[in-house]
Amino acid sequence: MWRVRLVELRGVSFRYAGGDDYAIREVDFSAGSGEYVLLVGPSGCGKSTLLRVLNGLIPHFYEGEFSGEAYVAGLDVRETPTHVLARHVGMVFQDPENQLFLSSVEREIAFGLENLGLPRAEIRRRVEEVLRLFGLEELRHRAPYELSGGQQQKVAIASVMALEPEVLVLDEPTANLDPLSALEVLSLVAELAREKGVLVILVEHRLELALRFATRLVAMEKGRIVADGEPREVLEQVSRLVGCPPVVITYKLLKSRGLALEGPPLTPEEFVDSLVRGWEAWRR
Amino acid sequence: MVEDVYFSYDGVPALRGVSLTVRSGEVLAIMGENGAGKTTLIKHFNGLLKPEKGRVLVFGIDTREASVAQLARRVGVVFQNPDHQLFAESVEEEVLFAMKNMGLPLDVARERCEQVLKLMGLEKHRHRSPYSLSVGERKRLAIAAVLGYGPDIVVLDEPTAGQDFLNKCKIGGVIAALKAEGRGIVIVTHDVEFAAQVADRVALMAGGRIVRVGPAHEVLTDEEAIREVRLLSPQVPCTACMLRERGITLTNTPLLPGELYLELVRLLRRQAMR
Repeated sequence: MWRVRLVELRGVSFRYAGGDDYAIREVDFSAGSGEYVLLVGPSGCGKSTLLRVLNGLIPHFYEGEFSGEAYVAGLDVRETPTHVLARHVGMVFQDPENQLFLSSVEREIAFGLENLGLPRAEIRRRVEEVLRLFGLEELRHRAPYELSGGQQQKVAIASVMALEPEVLVLDEPTANLDPLSALEVLSLVAELAREKGVLVILVEHRLELALRFATRLVAMEKGRIVADGEPREVLEQVSRLVGCPPVVITYKLLKSRGLALEGPPLTPEEFVDSLVRGWEAWRR
Repeated sequence: MVEDVYFSYDGVPALRGVSLTVRSGEVLAIMGENGAGKTTLIKHFNGLLKPEKGRVLVFGIDTREASVAQLARRVGVVFQNPDHQLFAESVEEEVLFAMKNMGLPLDVARERCEQVLKLMGLEKHRHRSPYSLSVGERKRLAIAAVLGYGPDIVVLDEPTAGQDFLNKCKIGGVIAALKAEGRGIVIVTHDVEFAAQVADRVALMAGGRIVRVGPAHEVLTDEEAIREVRLLSPQVPCTACMLRERGITLTNTPLLPGELYLELVRLLRRQAMR
């Protein structure tokens, strides 16, 4: 007997109805609990299509030609209705305003739980738990639209996580956030992966912020996965597609001049550590 | 030119004595966290908002004495959310609309439309509805529409938000081209790395005030000032600062990777000679 992993796609291709070309082709991808997968690639490379397979919007909502096998939390995506998949896969988007519509943070978080028909006591327990986890206790009675972009995005993630999904999918969640709020949101998500074993799949263009948290880097180009591995190992391979952070550019310049360092570095802190270690060796 | 401008929304102060000059042939980056007053400030540039106190002069014209339509010829603003300014039925129509309004002959307008769509990588989508485009594409369309009619000052609110690497490069290239044409460019951004690459001058805002303004290199390498406005230092000056704490002091504080590389190589060479 083979066992399927939390997310498992085998040879998945999809072409939107009316589309000339396949949006994704023969995608093989699997990931398990606790991974923080950073999914990158140029706009239009198929990232969003891939995410839509994970929550069943493809093939249930978007019409088109689907082939291959897709399993999420052991469920066959092709045969499972989206409202069932929604309990296993939480989605967070770029613009939290589209996701938040109730009059208080607390009610916003409770809404999805009420829809599941959970008992009141259980709803209360879960609302309290995520409020605490996301540091939102003081904002519980505030209206989401009064909050800053970073706080709104936290509320959006909190209301998704209250449903206790095994997979959390985020599609450019920090695009409208200032850098400190963005870092805060991304590190909170990292905690969910580390402490709660949530599988995180994050689409993000800001590598200089996101790379440090990722346990795995996956790059797509023209509907295919073209690189997949430990961030440090595939970073140089994908920089052609998605660029690379300034510390990595500097690292490469030094390397091309024969000044080898451990790396590539994912943060300035790492770069400084390897420079300080390399310094003594170079001076000799 | 903005002189000692005050503005408030329903009594809540948003700008508290802001003075700033935008120069032709220069890229000015206005930076600060959400709510610092950046967007309120740029709404004064084309007269969408009029100062309660102080004044705003656009090529010598006081914005209180001119209509938004008049000012729009000189100052083109692309707001953060492109949906607030897109309304035409097709991408092409969107770009042509403003040019027609400015009274450009149709053949000239068509030719320019062609150029700017190509520049923004949208030529394939010319017949699509703006609403069928992705957020990033809509943003580039809003930029294309403003570039089309060629205002002297181009103001871009968060031009890189949601853009992928290649499109970020494209937008950086457009900004450089506008600058070479002698136009004034203002970008509002919290993308510190992008500002490091394209800005000549940087103004840092917090609480409705400009707390620091100066050459980009000077402001963006000032760790303390950056921290004060709750931004993140660009990676290169951040690296230089941490190196100094670890006993490796560079002669000049670098802002870009090439500069950091040269500083490191220079330091090594000097030590080797001793």
